[in-house]
Amino acid sequence: MPERARQGSAGTLRVRDLTIALPGPRGMADVVDGVSFDMVEGRTTGLIGESGSGKSLTAMALVGLIPDTGVATGQVLLGEENLLTAGRARIRQIRGAEISVVFQDPSTALNPTMTIGDQVGEILRSRGLSRRQARERAADLLDHVGIPDAAGRVGAYPHEFSGGMRQRAMIALALAGRPRFVLADEPTTALDVTVQARILDLLGRLRDEDNLSMLLVSHDLRVMSHVADDLVVMYAGRVCERGPAKAVLNRPLHPYTDALVRSVPSVRVRSAIADPLPGSPANPFDRPAGCPFHPRCPRAEDRCRTEVPELREIAPGRVSACHFAELAQRTPDTVAEELR
Amino acid sequence: MTAMGLVHDATVPVPVRTGRSRVRRVVGAIPIGIFGLYVVAAVLGPLFVDYSPVGGDLADRLLAPGSVTSDGGTAVFGTDALGRDLFGQVLYGARTSVLIGTLVVLFSGLVGITVGTVAGYRGGTTDLLASRVIDVLLAFPGILLAIVIAGVFDRSLAIVVIALSVTNWIGFARLSRSMAMTLRERDWVKSATVMGVRRGRIIARHILPFIAGPTLALATIEFAGAILAEAALSFLGLGLPSASVSWGQTIASGKEYLASAWWIAAIPGTALAVLVICVGFTGDRLTRHFGRQQ
Repeated sequence: MPERARQGSAGTLRVRDLTIALPGPRGMADVVDGVSFDMVEGRTTGLIGESGSGKSLTAMALVGLIPDTGVATGQVLLGEENLLTAGRARIRQIRGAEISVVFQDPSTALNPTMTIGDQVGEILRSRGLSRRQARERAADLLDHVGIPDAAGRVGAYPHEFSGGMRQRAMIALALAGRPRFVLADEPTTALDVTVQARILDLLGRLRDEDNLSMLLVSHDLRVMSHVADDLVVMYAGRVCERGPAKAVLNRPLHPYTDALVRSVPSVRVRSAIADPLPGSPANPFDRPAGCPFHPRCPRAEDRCRTEVPELREIAPGRVSACHFAELAQRTPDTVAEELR
Repeated sequence: MTAMGLVHDATVPVPVRTGRSRVRRVVGAIPIGIFGLYVVAAVLGPLFVDYSPVGGDLADRLLAPGSVTSDGGTAVFGTDALGRDLFGQVLYGARTSVLIGTLVVLFSGLVGITVGTVAGYRGGTTDLLASRVIDVLLAFPGILLAIVIAGVFDRSLAIVVIALSVTNWIGFARLSRSMAMTLRERDWVKSATVMGVRRGRIIARHILPFIAGPTLALATIEFAGAILAEAALSFLGLGLPSASVSWGQTIASGKEYLASAWWIAAIPGTALAVLVICVGFTGDRLTRHFGRQQ
């Protein structure tokens, strides 16, 4: 297969003002509200948030997979083309070939009645490859994702694989169409902790080798801190902070990110869950007025209850939707750090 | 609610694999064996036993089971009012019943699974349309609709199959529709969708294999229903042409002789009842088997 020319703005998938409305108990509600971010070539973008924050929905909307009753507006730009308004045939061309998905649980995302090889090769078959060619290519792909004795295992069924191997097969399946953008929806959540690291390593390796842009959806900050280059923090369907992963985690500019970072228990020090986030996640169908995070925010003032904070650039590359982000930029800690 | 409802019986037996469950398995296999015998008899019987619906010898009319006929043979099940051998009629009738049952199940299954799967998978307007058609057809008693259709057209095998399939496909459609609706939400279907796999291929490879088992269980029950309905049509004189052999026709021809020659109606009637019961048991077993799998 000839290498595709990869250049220009086509190397970035730009999401602009993505809004997804779903029917709720009181009419349509924007469960994803004005989300914008970029997926840059060769980088991993982390999409983080609690369950119900709309992160998976956002990711799935990029490949046109939203519930039948939902309405998506805004733009998902591949080059100059808005995928949200593209026709069905065009979407099918893009799926698998430009953008593909690694699902959360490999034990449910693989068809138990088909062999691994047939599933990995399925997209190749629909592109007109013969059964044998597709099998051979599937074996290559399985080998590429680190499955030992790949050629001998293309004929195996999913139940003959372990969880980690299944997820590798799932990744091979996602890569079969040679996509440039891979959306990984909690790819390690269903796996053993020891396997998680290997799968994350694999994703990182593949991103570098195949020059992919990756969107990693997760609620696990530790996963993010290891893998993500950029972070998009979502709360109740809105982006509350966006920026380079290291900077965001080291110096959060939004109290929600701050709380997330604090709530991660450390393994070495016994401060386990020293600072759990108070309250429960906001329901996107019934979002609080003003800043959606204000009921749980330690810094909330009257202004937060009425005025929706704008998402704005606080520092170069750093975007936050908090009224007090400028203050968070300079706390005694950071001042001391700057002096050092 | 009284306190009685809260008391749990501590001696609820826990199922254990014992000799008893083996007995149950053997007993459970009996209906399947009998069903198998019918199929073998229907397929092979006519090769060994000669019978013609226009052949009977009037000298042998109304012979009791086990009598010797004028040509020296033994009429195991006796003869009917025209001297025709009942054993032959039961055998050839089994062939007719099994053939019609199979054709009806194949035809209505094909239509039902296609409509149901497509409606369940696509949803939206397609599903709405299919569901309304099914609702309307459900409002008719199936056998009544079959009688009307069979009565309007000339008697033939094709008309009987169509008349019985008109309502029979609904069961298949409802089953496959509900299954397709849940299957389309499975991750492997979503995964194939986001990989750009065609709809037809998704249905064929990611949905149909999972519908097959429960459909097979339903097919046996529909098979029994079709056989019964065909016998009913033939009994009413609306089924197959009179030159063919059908249990329903034999039973009808025996109804005037119930007092004098009971065997004419009783023997094919029993054959029919036993077949339907055994097919029903087989279906139940399959349903349980596939229910456990899910």
